[in-house]
Amino acid sequence: MSIRFIYPEFEVVRNENRCIACRVCERQCANEVHSYNEDKKVMISDETKCVNCQRCVSLCPTRALKIVKSDCTLRENANWQNDTIKEIYKQAGSGGVLLSSMGNPKPLPVYWDKILINASQVTNPPIDPLREPMETRVFLGKKNGKIERDENGNLKCDLPPQLELSMPVMFSAMSYGSISYNAHASLARAATELGILYNTGEGGLHEDFYVYGPNTIVQVASGRFGVHEDYLSAGAAIEIKMGQGAKPGIGGHLPGAKIVGDVSKTRMIPEGSDAISPAPHHDIYSIEDLRQLVFSLKEATEYKKPVIVKVAAVHNIAAIASGIARSGADIIAIDGFRGGTGAAPTRIRDNVGIPIELALASVDQRLRDEGIRNNVSLVVGGSIRSASDVIKAIALGADACYVATAALLALGCHLCRTCQSGKCNWGIATQRPDLVKRLNPDLGSERLVNLMTAWRHEIMELMGGMGINSIEALKGNRLMLRGVGLNEKELEILGISHAGE
Amino acid sequence: MKRVYVNEEWCLGCHLCEYNCAFANSGLKDMAEALKGKNIYPRIHVEGDEKISYGVSCRHCEDPMCVKSCIAGAISKVDGVVTIDRSKCVGCLTCVLVCPYGALAPSEEGTMQKCELCLKNSCGEPACVTGCPNNAIVYEERG
Repeated sequence: MSIRFIYPEFEVVRNENRCIACRVCERQCANEVHSYNEDKKVMISDETKCVNCQRCVSLCPTRALKIVKSDCTLRENANWQNDTIKEIYKQAGSGGVLLSSMGNPKPLPVYWDKILINASQVTNPPIDPLREPMETRVFLGKKNGKIERDENGNLKCDLPPQLELSMPVMFSAMSYGSISYNAHASLARAATELGILYNTGEGGLHEDFYVYGPNTIVQVASGRFGVHEDYLSAGAAIEIKMGQGAKPGIGGHLPGAKIVGDVSKTRMIPEGSDAISPAPHHDIYSIEDLRQLVFSLKEATEYKKPVIVKVAAVHNIAAIASGIARSGADIIAIDGFRGGTGAAPTRIRDNVGIPIELALASVDQRLRDEGIRNNVSLVVGGSIRSASDVIKAIALGADACYVATAALLALGCHLCRTCQSGKCNWGIATQRPDLVKRLNPDLGSERLVNLMTAWRHEIMELMGGMGINSIEALKGNRLMLRGVGLNEKELEILGISHAGE
Repeated sequence: MKRVYVNEEWCLGCHLCEYNCAFANSGLKDMAEALKGKNIYPRIHVEGDEKISYGVSCRHCEDPMCVKSCIAGAISKVDGVVTIDRSKCVGCLTCVLVCPYGALAPSEEGTMQKCELCLKNSCGEPACVTGCPNNAIVYEERG
């Protein structure tokens, strides 16, 4: 083999005793790994093309298939690990920037897993959520600093626009283009049924989904794709995307190959043209500029909709958030460095940004210190994986969480992390009609509703255990958290005590 | 009466229904044992091309042509289900000629066979429906 050869990462293991040569694997693999040898009447596989998406494994009716990591390795080296060396080979061959998808897979600390939750014992009774009322509703938006009365002594009820959520979770931004029509349909339908919101991402809103407007956040990003008056008015809230956790500091690039048919129409750009979102918004170079866009959007929607500003969690996030809180924005969304993406340069995804847990704690503290915490609600995302992550985020000071990777997993994603190829075998990150129809929104939305319903139950159980009966009472309640295996500085930033204290 | 309906919009053309059908009617417990190395004779057939496909099986017509045309009196309607008594079938293929859906086909032994909604085998409900990965085949009551 030549110098360019890189041994395949996975092996397709076929149990010949079980394989009935039904060829389902062959028909279902968009990467064309499997094929049928007519003469020998056996299935064969070309593992160089396998991305380990598990589609064939999941659909094989006799469980004859498994995909395993190849044990053909280079000589072990703790410094020059296999992946590192292979990336060098790839770049030496291509001269290009390495691309990756979904969230950062590196073994960097996951602080959620080093934070433990409290429970009531003896002196303060836990609450059984099956017997007693438990409030998981939250309202996002600017809150008035104090109660005011008019000259007749009546309460002034001039609350700025609020978003009502049945539970403190929303589906975060994924554009139509990066994900399929059916994935969007699933998210929109599930959000509506659940009483939460989903987010259009920066690809505009397909005309079929305007009906889900009350449960939609419409995004305005640096490329301004698909933004027009009706679009802004269609949603429950408008989100200005300044950054994304998976790729802080850079824009987006949806290849022309994915700008087909309705994607082109929805984005309002010609078919086949690359959709390039610039790294900055070219009209925003300061908090004052941001304020202009915030108020332009409010003006365009008659001050009826809250405006969210989404930023990636980066080093000075507390100062940045403080600025945003003064810009007129109603909600700040912060996306941590483990957040997902449809495609990002590998080096950026794996090395830029900071953990959401630390960003959240420092932002919440800073806004409290400055007396402006009520100016904004805080929404955090970037790998919220479970109900306990949600609880920990709320206790650290978040008002709600954004989830996307978990939602995609519910839709069938197996985290093979090759969204950038556009050949998603699960019908999610693709625009190929034959692949898109693999995701039936009837099933997809049902699975999303199931997942969120399960999380809501777990949230109530966890709150009940702490003797807390509403999300409001948990918000910023860091006394409910303890750290394990964290150093002084980490505990200080998180604002929590160590377990045992 | 509950019937098998096809949502062609969601059919992937994966042909799993054919294999699940053949297995359900094999009487065996293990799919590999039932189907490995054999030609299969399913009672549902996926038709179409790469763009659109759908599984075709017996519609259990209100007034079935096959029942009327069977020269041996092997096909009858039992509780709405068009059923075939293979001990009576003489294999004349008249039912194949008259069925507007192409829902009947010869079995491995040569007598005719057709979808009987898995009511007679151990599956109990249509195996094509339970095994369909995308809800492209459903078993439901429609008006």
